Amino acid sequence: MRDVAVVGFAQRQMSHFDGSPTMVELLVPLFAELWEQTGWSKDDIGFWCSGSSDYLAGRSFSFVSAVDAIGTLPPVNESHVEMDAAWALYEAWVKIQTGEVDAALVYGFGKSSAGLLRRVLALQLDPYVLTPLWPDTVSIAALQARLGLEAGRWSEEDLAAVVAGSRSAATANPYALLSGETSVDKLLAEPMFSDPLRKHDCAPVTDGAAAIVIAAGDRARSVCERPAWITGYEHRTDGQNLSLRDLSRAPSVAGAASRLDLAGVDVAELHAPFSHQELLLREELGLDDSVSVNPSGGPLAGNPMFSAGLIRIGEAARRIQDGTAGKVLAHATSGPALQQNLLCVMSGTSTGGGN
Amino acid sequence: MGKQLAAVVGVGQTHYRAKREDVSMPGLLREAVDRAMADANVGFDDLDAIVVGKAPDLFEGVMMPELFLSDALGAAGKPLLRVHTAGSVGGSTANVAASLVQSGVHRRVLAVAFEKQSESNAMWALSIPVPFIMPVHAGAGGYFAPHVRSYIRRSGAPVHIGAMVAAKDRQNALKNEYAHLRNPDTTFESVMASQMLWDPIRYDETCPSSDGACAVVIADEDTAAASPNPAWIHGTVMRTEPTTAAERDQVNPQAGREAAAAIYKQAGITDPLTEIDCAEIYVPFSWFEPMWLENLGFAAEGSGWKLTESGATALDGELPVNMSGGVLSSNPIGASGMIRFAEAALQVRGAAGEHQVPDARRALGHAYGGGSQFFAMWIVGADRPA
Amino acid sequence: MTATSDTTPSRVLSAPLQVAFDYTRSTGLVLGAFMTGLRERRILAARTSDGRVVVPPVEYDPVTHAAVSADDLVEVGATGTVVTWTWVSEPVPGQPLDEPFAFALVTLDGATAPMLHAVKADGPQSLQTGMQVSAVWSDQPQGHITDIQYFEPTGEARGGSPAAASAGSPDAPEGVTQVITPVELDYIYEASPEESAFFRAIAEGRLVGQRCPKCQKVYIPPRGACPVDGVPTAEEVELPDSGIVTTFCIVNVPFLGQKIKPPYVSAYILLEGADIAFLHLILGIPADEVRMGMKVRAVWKPREEWGTTVENISHFEPTGEPDADYESYRAHL
Repeated sequence: MRDVAVVGFAQRQMSHFDGSPTMVELLVPLFAELWEQTGWSKDDIGFWCSGSSDYLAGRSFSFVSAVDAIGTLPPVNESHVEMDAAWALYEAWVKIQTGEVDAALVYGFGKSSAGLLRRVLALQLDPYVLTPLWPDTVSIAALQARLGLEAGRWSEEDLAAVVAGSRSAATANPYALLSGETSVDKLLAEPMFSDPLRKHDCAPVTDGAAAIVIAAGDRARSVCERPAWITGYEHRTDGQNLSLRDLSRAPSVAGAASRLDLAGVDVAELHAPFSHQELLLREELGLDDSVSVNPSGGPLAGNPMFSAGLIRIGEAARRIQDGTAGKVLAHATSGPALQQNLLCVMSGTSTGGGN
Repeated sequence: MGKQLAAVVGVGQTHYRAKREDVSMPGLLREAVDRAMADANVGFDDLDAIVVGKAPDLFEGVMMPELFLSDALGAAGKPLLRVHTAGSVGGSTANVAASLVQSGVHRRVLAVAFEKQSESNAMWALSIPVPFIMPVHAGAGGYFAPHVRSYIRRSGAPVHIGAMVAAKDRQNALKNEYAHLRNPDTTFESVMASQMLWDPIRYDETCPSSDGACAVVIADEDTAAASPNPAWIHGTVMRTEPTTAAERDQVNPQAGREAAAAIYKQAGITDPLTEIDCAEIYVPFSWFEPMWLENLGFAAEGSGWKLTESGATALDGELPVNMSGGVLSSNPIGASGMIRFAEAALQVRGAAGEHQVPDARRALGHAYGGGSQFFAMWIVGADRPA
Repeated sequence: MTATSDTTPSRVLSAPLQVAFDYTRSTGLVLGAFMTGLRERRILAARTSDGRVVVPPVEYDPVTHAAVSADDLVEVGATGTVVTWTWVSEPVPGQPLDEPFAFALVTLDGATAPMLHAVKADGPQSLQTGMQVSAVWSDQPQGHITDIQYFEPTGEARGGSPAAASAGSPDAPEGVTQVITPVELDYIYEASPEESAFFRAIAEGRLVGQRCPKCQKVYIPPRGACPVDGVPTAEEVELPDSGIVTTFCIVNVPFLGQKIKPPYVSAYILLEGADIAFLHLILGIPADEVRMGMKVRAVWKPREEWGTTVENISHFEPTGEPDADYESYRAHL
């Protein structure tokens, strides 16, 4: 495999983006930030890939106008996934592995606030026997949370502790929507929203966008003092059928992890939109307390749909680039109750796979 | 490690129909997938990853349907990707699957693209009114018809060229058991006599709305070498430009021209008209055949229609185009691009049945989408790339 | 479409946008048999190769991936055990109950895998894992998952019970092959700041484009990003309401949502001073007399009908001036 590294990262998160669902206006300054970080222009990018959703925007082909932010005449080598942009980054990483290109820019965007998000996401379920009941995404997560609670794998206090930890860590994250010091007791005094989940157990509805530049070998070294080298990149899905799935587990996480070397990971950014899912992911990944989980505050501090997974990769990479970590893990999820999962391991030292 | 060789070792298609009311969405996909896997002689356990493509989710009213389809596709425990690049998506999906093998990441990848348009109404899904904006008073055909008029004006093409293309593709479809429109009475005269819908486009010069799925199995060099008739991938390309831009050439888009130049370079082709044996090109409205012949470099600008008029694009012509009957005969939108790519593979594998071009050694599969702005192509060959 | 009331001035215009369609879903044989069963107040399950009894039945075996036969479905009970549950304190439109209720995974008697459905109860205190619940059927089952209205704690069950079910209603002897699923979503659409400026100007009868600071091209409507340069268009350029037809089509086809009776002309109109054409209608001339290069001007609706929309211009009509030379607009085709 070629050595490929994250060399640029930019993000925006907000509770409401007052602009078009194509989010072109938000992407333009993001790209400008990346050109500043790398010293590159669009001509240096060999491949572009984005992640977004028509249903989030409420119209077909929502990604089509987003390419205007690139400036696509002359034309560009470009693709799009209807997934979180963490998977767009995977497609770009694969593209670089083919040897066809050396650098790629990947972006994700989504205006979650345009509709009623938890209801819109009911359209991800089986359209014959589930969507007609409109099981909202919070309810599905709550079914999962209770299974773990009643099996004794976590307690309500554990969930509150995850939230308190997120809020506290997020005070250092200028992009976080929710941050500040709180306590388990205070959190447990809040009313239930979707019993056993309280509102603070659920990621806030967040608008936003993020973009990452990755590059191979010397191209990466030329623009970044300490590139975050991707040493492992795996993703898996579980089946969705809620009758067949053991909702309390996410075997696709363990499956992806089985192909990776997670020993020595200092920092893990986990895409857990619900507090109990951080605990579930820790279990599936076998992360012990020595790993700093979600130092950015994680999705509970801000969860812009279709870029929050990419943001986990960007946040984790940032720890390599600023020298605070030597090896990091980023996780992204998609679908109801952690159905689909992606893991990206990055390190300050490349594997020596060459350019 | 460098770029690895990859080849198509299995192709599967559903029968394309206006309404496949006999199957669910999972059933529709499995029909194509099971045929592709049988063709490739692989089972689910042999597949390393699955790539799903389809056009807008609003067509079926399911957000990211690959999530619920993962059960029927045997995707649990595997990597699953979902591509959406507008009308070119079927082609892009195949290209992404190819890149998974060419990168050395996987050995055998299933790509499947589908649309079940009968679940809703494509015209509705594509023209949901955007507030403040002028409603599109013309539907999908109305978007492209003005550009066809521009082409006719720019090239001086005689007005009957479109009907020639439509009659040819519909006649080709009679030889394709999977095609949606199979009417032996469709002739040049009947097309000319059909209603002018979006003047200058007649009813019989437009694509149908279909249900259907198409799947391909793409494999690495070792697997392909064991296959009796692999279609080796000689090149893949994708290019994008804006939907609208000042003085953008919508008749002969730059992205299409540059994509063609790039893929010919990859495949070592200098004269596409003589070096490519047949081409399956995304032609949803008949006039796009001469337009794309120029865009793809098979003819000089302004003279694509002459190639069509000469009969060169007929099944027995110098460059057979749309041997399967093309998009004009079957159009499950999200799958339409992959059907083009699959037909190219079938041709060089010598597996195209009645619509086989004798001794086709190298074929082009082409797809486009959006406002003639997303292009995806591949070139496949009977011979291992040099 | 009108703008929402501007109590606090916003930099952008917004308006509601509804996406609604009644989807027609063909079920295939297995789900069709399941739906047919529901219509008869019977619940059918699939038996998987690893011995599980799964409801709703799966179409493909989770282990062998082979197709499940509709003939092999088995009937399970309409009463079952709650495996996990959540209390929905704020239901959303379309859910089985309007007032707070529970979603639960329920393993029906005779099944070994749970199904998701609603449970009606007084409050979360009335629910617990392991409790027995029974299906409450709709009065007139249609062959749809919503034929089970919800479950409720066993003992409180009312409505039809499986035993009381008639063996299929006589007027619907055919098996279910299709279900209709309405999907209705409400969004708030917002225009970009650049578009909003354009729409606000057009509400005053002015056509205001913007120039790209890099390529100097004038865009109307203006753009959040020049599609060539990737920077917002900026300098405002007021444009006249006259220009030329670059290219067009004559629409003869009727379609869903159409507002004007065919035939009519949909044309790209290039305003004087603009570098990009936009689509609008040409009326006031027989459709077959519209020409490329024809000079046209806007016909505005009565001022009292104006809003922040391009529809303030009813259509364009010929000015009667000589047509523009082909070379003058060739680059816009």
